[in-house]
Amino acid sequence: MTAATPAKATKTEYEAIIGLETHCQLSTETKIFSNSSTQFGSDPNTHIDPVCMGLPGTLPVLNEKVLEYAVKAGLALNCRIAPYSKFDRKQYFYPDLPKNYQISQYDLPIAEQGWLEIELTDDKGKPLLDESGKARTKTIGITRLHMEEDAGKLVHAGSDRLAGSTYSLVDYNRAGVPLVEIVSEPDLRSGQEAAEYAQELRRIMRYLGVSDGNMQEGSLRCDVNISVRPVGSNKFGTKVEIKNMNSFSAIQKAIDYEITRQIAAIESGERIIQETRLWDESSQRTFTMRVKEGSSDYRYFPEPDLGPIEVSSDQLTTWKSELPELPAAKRHRYETELGLSAYDARVLTDDRTMAEYFEAVIAAGGSAKPAANWIMGDISAYLNNEKQSIADIPLKPDSLAELIKLIEANTISNKIAKDVLPELLSQGGSAKALIEKRGLLQISDPKVIEAAIDQVIAANPSELEKYRGGKKNLLGFFVGQVMKATGGKADPKLTNQLLQKKLEG
Amino acid sequence: MLDREQVLKVAHLARLELTPAEEAQFTTQLGDILEYFEQLSQLDTSEVQPTARAIDVSNVTRPDQWEAYRDRDLIVQSAPAPETTLQGDFFKVPKIIGGED
Repeated sequence: MTAATPAKATKTEYEAIIGLETHCQLSTETKIFSNSSTQFGSDPNTHIDPVCMGLPGTLPVLNEKVLEYAVKAGLALNCRIAPYSKFDRKQYFYPDLPKNYQISQYDLPIAEQGWLEIELTDDKGKPLLDESGKARTKTIGITRLHMEEDAGKLVHAGSDRLAGSTYSLVDYNRAGVPLVEIVSEPDLRSGQEAAEYAQELRRIMRYLGVSDGNMQEGSLRCDVNISVRPVGSNKFGTKVEIKNMNSFSAIQKAIDYEITRQIAAIESGERIIQETRLWDESSQRTFTMRVKEGSSDYRYFPEPDLGPIEVSSDQLTTWKSELPELPAAKRHRYETELGLSAYDARVLTDDRTMAEYFEAVIAAGGSAKPAANWIMGDISAYLNNEKQSIADIPLKPDSLAELIKLIEANTISNKIAKDVLPELLSQGGSAKALIEKRGLLQISDPKVIEAAIDQVIAANPSELEKYRGGKKNLLGFFVGQVMKATGGKADPKLTNQLLQKKLEG
Repeated sequence: MLDREQVLKVAHLARLELTPAEEAQFTTQLGDILEYFEQLSQLDTSEVQPTARAIDVSNVTRPDQWEAYRDRDLIVQSAPAPETTLQGDFFKVPKIIGGED
């Protein structure tokens, strides 16, 4: 539990009950009900049309990709896909909404009753392990997933925050951009679990290719519902909503702050009020935005301009068959079938292209552990430096597999492999061909190594004397000299054995 | 029957300010409309499935194909208060106090 110790010396322990509402922008070309572009960052009000602007006489028509993406997201979250679903109007009056209602789904959402699995991690993001050494997991229920349109964006005019500004400006490029809203069950208990849930949700959406999950651009937005109660109580405390967190760490910090705040309030006899609070990144605290109105105030009613949606079982089967292997399944498989650690499995599966690269290396005959080490080590460092994706680098999985096999066959040493890697990464091509071209094949012929050893010993008589006089740690010196003489190509294991024999005389 | 409280509530939700005379007028008028619809409850609908529309269609969708709307400028110009800034064209609205939803 991350709940802070109560301020007073009472023994009451609290737990936090947390649920997330996540809005995820679907990566379609066009808006949910009209043909305008969904492109982010364009000039204001360039992607508008009569439908998304709610002009009279227009008729919204559902984008078929939105339905496909929403159903796939629902399937990936183990939801029941509704055989009959519909859209509703949610009425609220705010200038970011050109129609004064938002087309959303109310009582018949496209998907319900699912779950996803998160890994429990320590505060550095490393997986916690169970007795058998596997990652500890927790299942988080998904209440529902529904489709809806996004609203526009308010730009506060000129002197912004100053009281002088008498108007706001609206950009409707975002109005009508397709979203899925995913509501979790109140199964989360800490800021860390919530951040992990949001990350897993994003991984799933990215694996599916239905959303880029970019939090800075607002493609993934999480609202948190949180209350605290004494442990053992079965009554829920008053729920507070927190908005405005645009990173996973902000989600975690906002929740941890709010848990501490609510417990302190309860301990000092205050009443928690049902309200919406905003996370303020600069002061690292939450503050009141507005007191919540009851949800019936939205006056939902069925959207008369859009027909219902009936997903046939054939269609469902097709979409199901198009789902990729998802991150949680990959993590389990890497742990159980490939024998990787929970940490390695987690890192490799975080990004689908990286996982697929890794799997291609294995398919080409590379062993799992060295493949994982190369990808997570030198290759990731290179990708970070060069700001490249693993899918785009010249080093292909086949070639990495070849490199790994050369090391395992003692044809080259690990050090030689590290030496040639930069060229392979930037130029590509066959690892074997490059090593042969550079004359870097490992020397495993004892005669050749012995000749080098003899030379080294002859050139360093005083070190030999000291060694024989008891300074056994000079072995390292001799190994280094032999390596130097052979350009680093001598088989290290063999060199060690032969050297020891020769040095002992 | 619709009362004045409900009219005020709906007006508040719709961000409308009503004069006392309008309150009375809308209470009567909206009440009449509701009463008119109430006639429907005389029918026995116990055997009828609820529906939101009269025409039986489903799965009307369109392909995800981009097409710029040609008269976009006209939409901006038709607004009560278009505003062109260095960033481009905006719709000008009264200053909003509080955050966005």
